[in-house]
Formats: sequence, structure tokens, C-alpha cells
Amino acid sequence: MTVSQVSFGSHEPVLDVKNLTVKYIGDTRSTTAVDNVSFSIGTGEVFGLAGESGCGKSTIANSIMRLLKDPAKIAGGSISFGGKDVLAMSPEELRRFRWQDVAMVFQSAMNSLNPVLTIGEQIVDIFTTHAGYSRKESLRRAGELLELVRIDPARLKSYPHQLSGGMRQRAVIAMAVALKPSLLILDEPTTALDVVVQQEIMAQIKELQRELGFSVLFITHDMSLMVELSHRMAVMYGGRIVETATAQDVYANPRHPYTQALMGAFPPLTGPRVPLTGLPDGVKFRNIPDLTEVAPGHLVAPFGADAEAAVLEAAVLEAAVLEGAAR
Amino acid sequence: MSHSVQSSSRPAVSTQTPALEVRGLGKSFPIGGLFSRQSVRALHGVDLTIGRGEIVALVGESGSGKSTLARCVARLEKPSSGEILIDGVDVLKRDRFQASRAFRSQLQMVFQDPFGSLNPAHRVEHFLRRSLAIHRKGGSSETETQQRLEELMTTVGLQADMLNSYPHELSGGQRQRVAIARALAVEPQVILADEPTSMLDVSVRIGVLNLMRKLRDEQGISMLYITHDLASARYLADRTAVMFAGELVEEGESLDLLANPAHPYTQLLVSAVPDPARAGSYDPVRRAELRQAVMASTTCAFDGDLNQTCSAEEPVRHRVGDPENRHWVRCHRYRPQAGAGGHALATEPTDKKASA
Repeated sequence: MTVSQVSFGSHEPVLDVKNLTVKYIGDTRSTTAVDNVSFSIGTGEVFGLAGESGCGKSTIANSIMRLLKDPAKIAGGSISFGGKDVLAMSPEELRRFRWQDVAMVFQSAMNSLNPVLTIGEQIVDIFTTHAGYSRKESLRRAGELLELVRIDPARLKSYPHQLSGGMRQRAVIAMAVALKPSLLILDEPTTALDVVVQQEIMAQIKELQRELGFSVLFITHDMSLMVELSHRMAVMYGGRIVETATAQDVYANPRHPYTQALMGAFPPLTGPRVPLTGLPDGVKFRNIPDLTEVAPGHLVAPFGADAEAAVLEAAVLEAAVLEGAAR
Repeated sequence: MSHSVQSSSRPAVSTQTPALEVRGLGKSFPIGGLFSRQSVRALHGVDLTIGRGEIVALVGESGSGKSTLARCVARLEKPSSGEILIDGVDVLKRDRFQASRAFRSQLQMVFQDPFGSLNPAHRVEHFLRRSLAIHRKGGSSETETQQRLEELMTTVGLQADMLNSYPHELSGGQRQRVAIARALAVEPQVILADEPTSMLDVSVRIGVLNLMRKLRDEQGISMLYITHDLASARYLADRTAVMFAGELVEEGESLDLLANPAHPYTQLLVSAVPDPARAGSYDPVRRAELRQAVMASTTCAFDGDLNQTCSAEEPVRHRVGDPENRHWVRCHRYRPQAGAGGHALATEPTDKKASA
């Protein structure tokens, strides 16, 4: 597949995040939400960022879009997009950068659509503001966009509440790709949706990606979904990346105990029923060191023997409880 | 047939009176204005049995009526028709107007949102103590009550000193464990768990499922586990029932049902679950066929079988495979009457149906 070849070639990465540190600064104490995180996304590559709530994955997405608000502060590092320094952009440059270069789909499509404007008006808005098309031209293109995500163009006159959840999410995706951005950020795009709809949306995104060739930063906590969709992925914990490799490597051979726990949290759909343990309550990794390469393209943060032992011990304990109960 | 260590070693399901039996349950909600006669049929003719010490999963999409069923069984909603039998007694006849305390001590619920189901103004101890006091399960003395409280906390895997914590001091997983402890305090026979893990962090979900299994194994509590996550239904439940548009379409031993789904709707659900082991298996043509078969099937896989007659009017249940798997599927040809709820498949990719 050409897409994955490109991502591992020597091409200039679309997005390059280096040593990004984001802090939430409070009156009495500050929290480091993102700690020295580096990754890059190649042209046409789907890069996944996995982790639980609170691990800092959305903060990274918001930093890339420069959407962070007080008390969040980018305390260090750099974000460069196609060679341009995102953190140094003026408001006017930012306005052009957002949507034209990088577009974002948020978790809840319900909340990212304006309830008092029709879908058509909201899409036309993008074209007139960012691309300077006439109203008529914009309306024609808006119809095309809806067709692209397989929604009847007659729906341009509908209000968001008249669409189902899946249709709303598709409309939001159509809006995100309206100006053919080179990077699309998907922040948990299907979390609120049913499995059947989720599958359709993901297939749609794949198809659009093949057609339009944009790169994707895909954020989710669903490891199965991520492995299916991404080329490369990174697992985050407590603001740090603990493991990064190709999605297949992470799936076949997770090294970090946290990655293993996260993979274990999703029961398989085939094979015998085996007891799983997930991450036991109370196991915490602290002072996660920098990544080291364990195999070509497979980087893992070294973990102390004690962290591994803690996870293992808790797993054994839980398995014992289960077994005792079954006896 | 033993599928695994777990299923073969579980306590034998009693052949006596089932713990919970639902017969022909129906529920309609009026829609439109005050004088409107229209109604949407959220549930229709649901028959479901949960044996003693059995975990049954109810799966389906949003809007398929799963939660309405749970709310009717928990008597938070008055069903329009049908019977609900606990221990063989029709509770709708016994306490006609509202659920009695006796009923509540037989059946308890665990809700989806542990953030909303625990009053933030009270300590953990308060929730458990109240359950014990109302249902008089706290023993005769304060020492006994205290002992029972600590026992409950241990059962759900929490430290006894967390009794003094407020809900905001606990993580989502811990809060859900408190909600389970509160249900357990009453010593119920049946627990209805409505998506108990969907609001929790992924890494602690398995822990809560394991806890539910442990309670079943140790205390013989029957459970109805409502979820849209097929993988977790397969992991936890002995049997799985699939609901579509307010009616059950298929039911059977979880492993068998998910390995050999017989109804097109179940097949659609199973094929939609992300599974890295079969990445890239998405086939739009096949899925469109399945959708078509769900909405308007003209053929039935069991057509021509002399032992099993097909019917478009009656929801005939065809047996699938080995009787041991208790696996049946509703005749594909069956067409529900108009007014059925559940717009689970309203988001047609072509969007023709939705705009019609």
C-alpha cells in the first residue's frame, strides 16, 4: 500500500512535535499535562494516540491547533507544520492555518454544530470565510461535500437536531475536509456512537483519506479501533509517551506493562474465554524515562522492574480471586 | 459442551423456577401533543428468562429498547402489557401501583453513570448504611452493621477506610464499585446493570466485569447485563440476547451466538466490532445486503425446514444448532407491525430511508 510506504520514507513530515511540554498553572500548584512529548506524522499517514482520559492526548491536539486557553500554557518544545513554526504564528496566520492546513473533528458532533443554523449555512460559512467563494458557489460546493460523506444534499436545509448522531458526525467530518487540509485531527470521533455507525464512520474516513491523501492524527482510547485504522501509534500515560511503534507491532508485541494492560482491557471476539485483568486499581507509573529503541521503529520507555512486578502481582492476585470463585 | 475453564466450572444453573422471567412485555410511549393518539412502540412481546446464578447480556444499539426493558423490569416505568415474574410470582399483580419494598429487596439496579448516581453531599458510608437500614439488613446492633459495612466494601474490592470518603474523592471505577456495594447491601437475587462500564476508563472496565462475575460465582446472584459492547457481553455473560427495534431477534449461549450469529442484525453488529485480528475486513457490499435483510428480508435461512415453520406474521423462533446452546433466532421473514420504535438503522449510508 502506497500510504504506509510514504509514512516510512524519508519524506518531510507534515507535522513535527518536539519535546512538547504543556502545564496547567494554578495559584498554588501546577500540573504538567504533557511532558516532553515528541512525535511526527508523515504525508498520508494515520498516526494514533492512545491513552485513557486525563493522559494528555486532547491537550496535545489542542496545542497543535493552538486552542489552549488559560490556565494551560505551552512551557517548552516546538510544533512545526510543513516547516512552519506553529507556536510563533500571528493571529492572522493562525486563522489561515486552522481549517485550511489542519482541521479538527471533536468528540461530540452535537456540541460542535450550531443548533440555530442549518447545516448548509454552516458549511457555506467555511467557504465564504476561509476560501472567499461567492455564496452561490459555496452552496454548490457544500452540496458536493455532503455527497462525499453520502448524505443527501437536500439535507443542507436541515438543522442539526433533525439529523441522527451518525449523520451529524459525518456532516462535521465533511466540514473538516471542506478546504482539503493536509492534516485532520480526530479527537475520539466515534465515542458517543453505536458500533454499527462507528464502523461506517471509520470506513468513511479511511475512504476520504485514500481519496484526498491527508494525514490523520487519530485520538482514542479504543485500542482495537486504533490498531485497525492507524499505521503508526503511540501510547500515552500521565502526559508521557510510553511506547510507540507501528500499529501492528504494538498489537502483536506490546512491551510496556501499561500498553499490555490497555490491550488486555478489550476482550477478544473469538477464541476461548480467558480471564483478563486490565490495569489494577492503584498501579501508578511515576517518573517515566525517555523512550529507547527496542526494535527498529519500536520505541519503549524503560520501566522499572518494580512497576512490572506491581502489574504482574496484581494480575496474579486477580486471577487467583477469579479462580477461587470459580472453584 | 464446555467452552472454557470458566463456563464449565460455574455452578450448574438450576432447573427450578427462574430468578427472573419476563413474558410478553410491551411498552408504548405516546408521542405528539396532548390529544395525539400516536404512540411509539418501544418494546413489544419481549420474553426473557434469567435462571438462578445466570448472567444474561442484552445487546443492541441505542434506541433498540434495552434500557426501556431494564426500566420496566425495575418498575421505574409502567409496562403497557406483559408479566414480570420474580421467583415465579407476578410482581405487577402483587404490587399493582408501585414497587414494594419487598420487590426492591429482590431486585436492584446499577446505573451507567457512577458520577450521577451517588449523591455528592454524602459519604460512602451513608449510601450503604441507608440501604441496610431501609431493608433491615443491618443486623440488630451497631457493631453488626459496622461489620456488614466493612464486609460489603471488601466484597467489592475497596478498602474499608473508604467508607469515610466522599464520591468526588473516588475514581470512576471505585464509584461504580460503591454503587454495586449499595445494590448488594440489600442481598438481592437479581441485579440489573445498565451499561455499568461504559462511563469508566478503559483499563478499569475489566475489573468491574470481573467483580460482577465473582459476585455471581460466590453469591449466586443473577444478572441482566445491558450493553452495546458485544466483546464484553461475550466475556461476562452466559447467555446473550439481541434486541432490535424493541423486540428480541436472537438469543443463545454467548460464545455460540457470537461465533454463529444467525440473524442478519446480529451479523451486522458482530461485523461492526473493531477487531485487530481481522483488520480491513470491512465490506460495504456485504453490509448493505445485511441492512437490506434486517429491514426487509424476504427469505429465511430456515425456510423449507419441515420441523420449523416460517411466518411473516408470527415471531417464530427457529432453533439454531445444538439444543444445548439454547440458541434461537426469530424468523427472518417476520415483519413487525407499524409503530415500532428503534431507528437503529435510520442512518442509511445512502440516506434515502431517513429522508423518506
